[in-house]
Amino acid sequence: MTTLPDAESLCAALLEQLRPAVQANTVMIGVHTGGAWIAEKLHAGLGLKSPLGMLDISFYRDDFGRVGLNPQVKKSTIPFDIEDAAIILVDDVLYTGRTVRAAMNELFDYGRPSRIDLGVLVDRGGRELPVAARFIGAKVDLRDNQSLNLARDGGGRLSFSLVEKT
Amino acid sequence: MKNPQLNSNGELTHLLSIEGLPKSIIEHILTTADAFASVGDREVKKVPLLRGKSVFNLFFENSTRTRTTFEIAAKRLSADVINLNINASSTSKGESLLDTVDNLAAMQADMFVVRHAQSGAPYLIAEHLIRTNAQHIHVVNAGDGRHAHPTQGLLDMYTIRHYKKDFTGLTVAIVGDILHSRVARSDIHALTTLGCPEVRVIGPRTLLPSHVEQMGVKVFHDMAEGLKGVDVVIMLRLQNERMNGALLPSAQEFFKSYGLTPEKLAHAKPDAIVMHPGPMNRGVEIDSAVADGKQAVILPQVTFGIAVRMAVMSIVAGN
Repeated sequence: MTTLPDAESLCAALLEQLRPAVQANTVMIGVHTGGAWIAEKLHAGLGLKSPLGMLDISFYRDDFGRVGLNPQVKKSTIPFDIEDAAIILVDDVLYTGRTVRAAMNELFDYGRPSRIDLGVLVDRGGRELPVAARFIGAKVDLRDNQSLNLARDGGGRLSFSLVEKT
Repeated sequence: MKNPQLNSNGELTHLLSIEGLPKSIIEHILTTADAFASVGDREVKKVPLLRGKSVFNLFFENSTRTRTTFEIAAKRLSADVINLNINASSTSKGESLLDTVDNLAAMQADMFVVRHAQSGAPYLIAEHLIRTNAQHIHVVNAGDGRHAHPTQGLLDMYTIRHYKKDFTGLTVAIVGDILHSRVARSDIHALTTLGCPEVRVIGPRTLLPSHVEQMGVKVFHDMAEGLKGVDVVIMLRLQNERMNGALLPSAQEFFKSYGLTPEKLAHAKPDAIVMHPGPMNRGVEIDSAVADGKQAVILPQVTFGIAVRMAVMSIVAGN
């Protein structure tokens, strides 16, 4: 990867993809923390009537037995009935698909949605589970030891940084 | 000295006592409990964290509320729960505590929730598990003798934080039978660790431990004086079953001096909350008008207790 993707313009691109897909029963849920930031922008941009939902998938992770509980668990808040809703699930980076698996498991403990679509800012490939996003800001190639971290500054601007593990 | 509750990375692996726990761990438990509290509002009140794990409730001493809330908490974490009322079984046949523990470890237990009339029993079990190479089994103290009741202390802190947001400006009074109370000890340690500037204990001389001031509390023998301007009142149960000899003239006499009535509560701040770990003795340490009144948060304490125990069990199980 030569240049870092611009998070704000990807957000705008994602918003345009989402516009025609909104239905009467569409609700939006962001995955903590990065996905929640993006979902806030998309939710406002689409003018959805139902409030925005937030999901912290820590209680549903598949690596609890290896790494224990996330030291910064946040509350999941789903302020609407999920039964028969068309959910747009929003996350920052789609990689192995494990977060999305955990998020879907959690969502079904709230009810039975009519459908779940996934929207992500970046799809970096590398899937370990059969998970696909319907709405994608950009596809980016990264090495295994690299990861994209989303940050939000005081003014609410989103930006990516590249982290390399050695 | 090494704290037997923490692993080599300083993470909580058993919960034995609040004494000696760093503020960061207590705050981590309270924040995690907050996230678990929302699970209780859902249609499906379960998360899969402890799926396939076996939690043994080892109650060597009677309890309904604590045992039940531990059981609910473990079930909401998807663990399998086995309740052992040991009074009625092995010990009465002569088996030693550690033999009982070895047998349950051989049944592939993952966690012991222990209540025992002897102070230190959960420590003994935790140390025994380390010695016998069974350190993968976690121990949670559900009350040991007069020593500690850490999950009650934590749920009390959760309750105070829920209603008062911050500990740094609070005055908290703990009232009644401090001498026999493991709840009082756990609350005092937790409050001082969390930065509560003034903790008071109120009770007759016979029911206050000698040198209790050394725990960093102010001592009062008069309710009007002790309750003046407090934000939180924690009432304790008069523990008749632990009293040997004549520490008190009578329950009626105790109520007259230390029972929380609306008149005595009026000395506290108007928005003070009233807590009680249960079971309550109405007309002994608390008047029904207070127990059922607007300022009482005694039943929310019970509900919060489930989330706090879910947090404790999932944190220790992950370390």
